[in-house]
Amino acid sequence: MSAFLKLLFRNRLAAIGAVVLGLILALVLVAPLLPLPDPDATATSERFARPFSEGHILGTDHLGRDLAARLVHGTRVSLAIGLFAALAAAVLGSAIGIAAGYFGGRTDNVIMRAIDMLMAFPYILLALAIVAALGPGLRNALIAVAAVNIPFFARNIRGITVGLAGREFVDAARLAGMGHTRIILSEILPNVLPVIVIGISTTVGWMILETAGLSFLGLGSQPPQADLGSMLGEARAALITAPHTSVVPGLMIFLIVMSINLLGDGVRDALDPRLKSGALARPRATTRVDRRGPVPEEPAKGLLDLQRLETQFHVGKRVYKAVNDVSLHVKPGECLGLIGESGSGKSVTALSVMGLVASPPGAITGGAVRHDGEDLLSLPYDALRRRRGEKVAYIFQDPLATLHPLYRIGEQMAEAIRVHHRISDREARARALELLRAVRIPNPESRLGNYPHEMSGGMRQRIGIAMALANDPEVLIADEPTTALDVTVQAQILALLDELRRERGLAILFITHDFGVVAQLCDRVAVMYAGRIVEQGPTEEILARPAHPYTARLIACVPELGEGKRELAAIPGLPPVVDSLPPGCAFAPRCDKAQEDCRKGAIDLAGTGTHDVRCLHPEVTP
Amino acid sequence: MAGYILKRLLSAIPVMLGITVIVFLIMAMIPGDPATAILGSYATPENVEKLNRDLGLDKPLVQRYFIWLGNMLTGDFGRSFSLNRPVLDEIAERFSATLILAGTAFVLCSILGILAGAISAARQYSLADKAITFVVLIGISVPSFFLGMMMILLFAVNLRWLPVSGMYAIYGGGDLPDLIAHLAMPALALAAVATGVIARLSRSAMLEVLRQDYIRTARAKGVPERRVVYGHALRAAMVSVIPVLGIQAGFVLSGAVYIEMVFQWPGVGRMLVDAILKRDILLVQGGVVFVSACYVLFNIAVDVAQSLLDPRIRT
Repeated sequence: MSAFLKLLFRNRLAAIGAVVLGLILALVLVAPLLPLPDPDATATSERFARPFSEGHILGTDHLGRDLAARLVHGTRVSLAIGLFAALAAAVLGSAIGIAAGYFGGRTDNVIMRAIDMLMAFPYILLALAIVAALGPGLRNALIAVAAVNIPFFARNIRGITVGLAGREFVDAARLAGMGHTRIILSEILPNVLPVIVIGISTTVGWMILETAGLSFLGLGSQPPQADLGSMLGEARAALITAPHTSVVPGLMIFLIVMSINLLGDGVRDALDPRLKSGALARPRATTRVDRRGPVPEEPAKGLLDLQRLETQFHVGKRVYKAVNDVSLHVKPGECLGLIGESGSGKSVTALSVMGLVASPPGAITGGAVRHDGEDLLSLPYDALRRRRGEKVAYIFQDPLATLHPLYRIGEQMAEAIRVHHRISDREARARALELLRAVRIPNPESRLGNYPHEMSGGMRQRIGIAMALANDPEVLIADEPTTALDVTVQAQILALLDELRRERGLAILFITHDFGVVAQLCDRVAVMYAGRIVEQGPTEEILARPAHPYTARLIACVPELGEGKRELAAIPGLPPVVDSLPPGCAFAPRCDKAQEDCRKGAIDLAGTGTHDVRCLHPEVTP
Repeated sequence: MAGYILKRLLSAIPVMLGITVIVFLIMAMIPGDPATAILGSYATPENVEKLNRDLGLDKPLVQRYFIWLGNMLTGDFGRSFSLNRPVLDEIAERFSATLILAGTAFVLCSILGILAGAISAARQYSLADKAITFVVLIGISVPSFFLGMMMILLFAVNLRWLPVSGMYAIYGGGDLPDLIAHLAMPALALAAVATGVIARLSRSAMLEVLRQDYIRTARAKGVPERRVVYGHALRAAMVSVIPVLGIQAGFVLSGAVYIEMVFQWPGVGRMLVDAILKRDILLVQGGVVFVSACYVLFNIAVDVAQSLLDPRIRT
């Protein structure tokens, strides 16, 4: 609770709202003690006195009544009515919602149909109809406003109750022989109460506004009784000659509603955990580069060169070192496998290449990414953008999420080409067809008109590959492109990628968590753990003689057909969270070969230069 | 597509019937005797009884409902006693004025709201974002009737740019520029709240969408940022904005009642308020049913627009 209040008040606007609302409430509560004249005492000789005139700090209205007194009393009435209407709507609406959600079936159906009908009205028409039937008056306006808001509560509460009614503790209560009323009161109600309270806090401002509105129309409070709405309504006739009589109550309504809105927003934000981490920040067009050290000036070893790359996520005060001093290179026609468990930093490494790491919270804090010797991290946005998809292309995992759901396949493919090349519609279409054929999609003509959701997972993955190939890139970065697919489709796609790199001389960076896939496709492999490369070398050599205990365990996780009963050992424990890495080897806590010195200090990647390992006690010496 | 529209139209029939039932039941709650209410407390018992018979009030409730419904279906909404003319004629005349006002306000709030929200999200935490957020906060907190009154003071009384009230100038008016001059303030005042709500929603929808994987794909393809934001992201954000446009249309229509009072706009809202104060029940009944039915139809149009945008819900 105190953490909640802290969060709430860190939000400056919410604090302002709370203060303003508090002041208004205090004013209203001490009103009987204030030396104010009778709000209903008329004095026609003193009509329309200006503010700050003698005896009337806010002036007087068309009947010479003191505006300050009327304002305080009117505010009191408006607040009370609004709050009361909100409570009434909440109680009745929640009761209906709980009944519908708890009993379900026919009861639910009938109630919700009726609620839907009520929601089909523009709200004021329903309120007007009720006032028309009951007659104008403050009490009837309150009934109308409360009634109009019942569906809102009924709907929300029903949704939550439906979820609760099927839960174990409700079943348990039922089996224990508790009656419906008791279950609702002791099991359901406590769980929906917070939602009801939030509902009240978000609607009370509305209710005050709506009752004020009805009074403004002359359908709410009747003279001489004042609420803010009727004060404004009466002042309207003298708007031009005595504007202060309108401004005073109008500003008060505005202040009340605004402070409630600010407070309500603050409450909602404080309760929504996503906003706490700042995760709803808009990702920039390219990852922020904030290198703390000099740019590495080593000669490039391949077409794509990652040199001591560091990528971090800054969330609040925590720093997650997702990629830590990673160096990799890929030559044309070569396929480098980057392997590791989920969370090891392999995807972040891949996204760092073209500045696609979401930022904030991500930032590249060191190293260089060289394409053809040129450091991509130093490029201005537009130069980097022109290389995206044109020189370095990506294939992403889960193409249902990575293809735009509202554009046709043909449009998305044509766009991939046309952002880099000026070609006509016809040429773009022809090129798209050619690409679809290259990835062996049957009936490519009809596929161009499809939306992503109309295709199978395997087809979508092929679309992703075809789109990546659209501009004949030099480097292809494939981030687990076969993970979501079944084995036969996976084999087809791997064969396709293999063929493409042989035919077109593509350099492929292939990210996976599966050594089986690496064995099929990759010439070399780099093993990543907790943001670091722990071993790298030629695929056959690493498969045959893994040096790092972690690599050995990963390989042991791959079942092989026809190999009989081999130990299929899961690696015990979980990878460390990269905001609090232990000194020394990050794998030491899970490693059965770990010794004292493993936990001491940083360990270098050492070996022959073709096969390197970051381990003090390797399984074999490379 | 045609099948989808037909399905939605058919599904509107029970909703419309439900609306008539609800309105009828509310009106049946009227305490005392409607005929006395109409004729006043000095009416003779014979006159009251005759009027009750004329209005069909001596029949049982269910029968009265079906007579009323049947009459409405044949275009007979009854006769307004306070105006002494058929209810439907009066509604048709007044509703066109409301439609001009609310329609303009709706177009304004949709365009301004979506634009402001998109800019606000695209330049999150910039000066523009902060300014928009501030204006939006005021917009959603100020009562539309108060805003309208303040606009009259500023633009009509002090600056003398625009006419104070009404729909056309009494002398020499009646053309389109005259209508626009009269429409400007009420439409803006009416649009203010909905603009704020739509802007807020568009901003958060955009921020949500901008973090989606398909936006990263667009960037990976090399799509320029402007197009990523105002093409890919805005289009996807519309999926969650459009349903809210339908809801906001209801609020605009509701707010029109206040705005029509403030600006003396000869619309259906003012007609309803007058009818309530004069206890002209048939006029209220007819007006509420007619406008609600139009709103139901409008929401079907919104659903159709949604299905045009989002192929996943076309069934």
